[in-house]
Amino acid sequence: MLAVSINIVYFLLSLAMLFAFIRLTRGPSLPDRVVALELITSIVVGYVGVHAIETGVASLLDVAIVIALTAFLAAIGFARFVERGGVKDD
Amino acid sequence: MIEVLVSVLLLAGASFMVLASVGVLRLPDLPTRMHATTKAGALGAMLTMAGVAFYFSDSTVVARAVAIVIFIFLTAPIAAHVIGRAGYFTGVELWEGTVKDELRERYDSESHKLSSGLDDKEKPAPSGKKEDGPN
Repeated sequence: MLAVSINIVYFLLSLAMLFAFIRLTRGPSLPDRVVALELITSIVVGYVGVHAIETGVASLLDVAIVIALTAFLAAIGFARFVERGGVKDD
Repeated sequence: MIEVLVSVLLLAGASFMVLASVGVLRLPDLPTRMHATTKAGALGAMLTMAGVAFYFSDSTVVARAVAIVIFIFLTAPIAAHVIGRAGYFTGVELWEGTVKDELRERYDSESHKLSSGLDDKEKPAPSGKKEDGPN
């Protein structure tokens, strides 16, 4: 039961990451790409949680904490960069 | 029994993440894309972490999962706010079907003054196209 649903969840998360990656490559402006990157890191947090369940290693949650923290800092940094006159249109 | 609960939570979280990514792929402009990712992505991460917490049923793991959820729920609106602000001020064009943009006629992009709408005399000049962002 749990193994089957973990496989389904892996498939769904891969599908979500594919869609977000398409937006990351296509996105017309830099903020669109930053939004896609933030969604990708959120998906990766989900991956790490599911992998922690699958392997039974609870320490992997620390990785999820670090990824969430890094994603927030990256978003803030990108926003400062865009707002202080970086590239307007990629 | 706990496996069924964990499976349901994981599947729901992954479904919300797929929904967020479909939204970020299909929606037409930056604010609508952020509308999809911020809420559905955060909810998907929260449901996944709830599944992790129920699966391990250990106090340290539950504390860490709750910490992740609180952190995501604190930072996702802040990140969306600063990205949306930066995108708006650098002139990312809105969808052509946008009905109302109240900020554009109230906000002066040069002096960063926001008129309240109650002072009905001189309105800041409606700058149609913003050419550079704030300093």
